[in-house]
Amino acid sequence: MTTPMIMGTETEYGISVKNARDQDPVAASTLVVNAYKDRELKGVTWDYDQESPLMDARGFMSEGESDTPDRENNSLINDILINGGRYYVDHAHPEYCTPECTNPRDLVIYEKAGELILDLSRLAAEELLPNNQEIIIYKNNTDYKGHSYGSHENYLMSRTVPFQDIVDGLTPFLVTRQIIAGSGKLGAENGSEETDYQISQRADFFETEIGLSTMVARPIINTRDEPHADEKLFRRLHVIVGDSNMSELAIYLKVGITCLTLQLIEKGILGERFKLSTPVTDIKKVSRDLLCKTKLILEDGRRRTSIEIQREYLGLARDHLSDASTSPIMSDVMDKWEFVLNRLEADPMSLNGVLDWVTKKKLIDAYIQRHGLKSSDPRVRMLDLQYHDIRPDKGLYARLLKNGRVKQFVNREEVVHAITNPPVDTRAYFRGTCLKRFPNEIHSASWNSMIFCLNGSSLDKILMDRPHFGTREIVGNLLSNRCAEEVVKEISANSS
Amino acid sequence: MRSEQQEKEQRDNKPQDIEDIQPDAELAEQGEELSEDLDQILDEIDEILEEDSEEFVENYIQRGGQ
Repeated sequence: MTTPMIMGTETEYGISVKNARDQDPVAASTLVVNAYKDRELKGVTWDYDQESPLMDARGFMSEGESDTPDRENNSLINDILINGGRYYVDHAHPEYCTPECTNPRDLVIYEKAGELILDLSRLAAEELLPNNQEIIIYKNNTDYKGHSYGSHENYLMSRTVPFQDIVDGLTPFLVTRQIIAGSGKLGAENGSEETDYQISQRADFFETEIGLSTMVARPIINTRDEPHADEKLFRRLHVIVGDSNMSELAIYLKVGITCLTLQLIEKGILGERFKLSTPVTDIKKVSRDLLCKTKLILEDGRRRTSIEIQREYLGLARDHLSDASTSPIMSDVMDKWEFVLNRLEADPMSLNGVLDWVTKKKLIDAYIQRHGLKSSDPRVRMLDLQYHDIRPDKGLYARLLKNGRVKQFVNREEVVHAITNPPVDTRAYFRGTCLKRFPNEIHSASWNSMIFCLNGSSLDKILMDRPHFGTREIVGNLLSNRCAEEVVKEISANSS
Repeated sequence: MRSEQQEKEQRDNKPQDIEDIQPDAELAEQGEELSEDLDQILDEIDEILEEDSEEFVENYIQRGGQ
C-alpha cells in the first residue's frame, strides 16, 4: 500500500506590543488568540487525551511531564478552527497549525490563510488595548538574541519504514534544503561562527543529529512519535529544522520536495548513499555559503556541494517517482525544484522575488548602499525583522507582493476562502464541517477525535484514525442532511 | 531533446491554476524591473520602517519556543 500523502505545518509567531510598559508575551498571545474566537465555539476545548509528546520513535518513552491544562485554561488557550486547523497559545507564542492537506499547493493556501487569521486577530485584539499600543506579529524564527521559535512540518508515513532509514535518508536532504527554503537573517546566534548574513534563520540552533527535544539542543531529526492516527499503520514525521517562509513558492517547494524525499525513503531507495560526515557542522556551513559552492564531505569520502546533493535527490525522484500515477502537482514540484537548482547554480541572486533568503538579501544590500550603512545598523536589522511583519501595510514582504516584486503563486480568493472552509479531501473536512454545523453539540476535538455532547451530559467520542478519511466524498452527504445525533449514531454503527 | 508533443502533454497535465515559471524570460524581466523601480521600493521602506529602530530591535526579545 502506498501511504496517502498527508501534510501540515505549525507556525509559531513572534509577538510584541509597542508602547506597552512591560512585555508579557503569554498575555499578548492569549489576547490575540481569544480575540479571534467564534462566539458560538467558545466552549469547545482541545482533547489532550489523544496526545503523547514524550513517546520516542526509537522505541521508548522519555521521562518528563506533559502538562494538560484544566478546562477553563484549555478553552482560553485553544481555538479549533472551522477550516480544520488549530490556533492556540504555545508557550509564549501564538501558533497556527494548518488542517491536514493532501498536496503542497493546498498547504500553501492554508498556511497563508493562517497569516490572515493572525492579522484579523491582531486587529480585534488591538481594540481591547489602550489607543497608543500596537500589536506587532512576525512570521519569523528568531529575536536575533538567541531565542528561536519554530516552524514545524508534519508528514504522514508508513509505520513499516524503519526509523533509521528516515534518519539516513533525510538528514543530508534537510541539511541542504535550506538553499531553497531558508528565510535569511543578519548575523549569527547561539555561539555559531560570525557572519554578516546567512541563508537560514534556524540553522544556528541545531546542535545534535537526532533527539526528542524541540526547545533546547535541537536535533536535525526529531523523534517525537505522536502519530495522531492509527499507530499500527502510520507515523507522523515531525520536521523541526525548517524556517518560516513568507514566499509562497518557498513553502510549496519546501513541503513538496520533502514529500518526494520521504517517498524515496519509503521505497527503500536512499539508504546511506548521501550520509554526511558532520551534519551538525554542515548545516551551519551551508547556511553561510551564499554562493552555494562549498563542498561537504560525505562519509564515503565523496565531496559534494549542497546544490549537487539536492540535484541527486531530484534525479532519484525523477527516476523512481515519475509514472502514470504521479499527480500533476508533484511533477510540477519536480520541475520547479530543477528550475531553482539551475538558477542557484548560475547565480543565487537571480532568484530575487522567488526565494526568501535571496529577496531579503537583495533588499538589505540595496538599502545599505542607498544610505551608506553597515549591516549592523539598527535600521538594517529592523528591515530584516520587518520583512516578516504580517501587517499588509507595514510588512516588507507584503509591500513587495503588492508591488509585484515577489512571485504570487496562489490566488488571494483561495486563501480567503481557506480561512473558513476546510480542505475537502482529508479528515479536516469532518472536523471543520462539524464545528460549523453543530457548534453547540461539540464538546472538544483534536487531530484524531471529535467529542459530541448531545443531551448536555453524556459524551460521544468519534475517533478519526485515518487522516485520509472523513472527506467530503465520504461524509459530505451525511453532514449536510442529518442532525448531530444521527451523525454520531450512523458513524458509531459503521465503526463498530 | 523533448518533442513539442511531450511538452504539450506536460502542460496539459498540470493544474491550470498553477502558473508555470517561465525561467529565463520572467527572471530577466524581473531583473529589469528591479533596476527601474528599486528607488520606489526603497522610498517605501524609508517611510514604513518602524521609527526608533534602535530601541525597537533592542527590545524585541522573545521567549524561546519549539
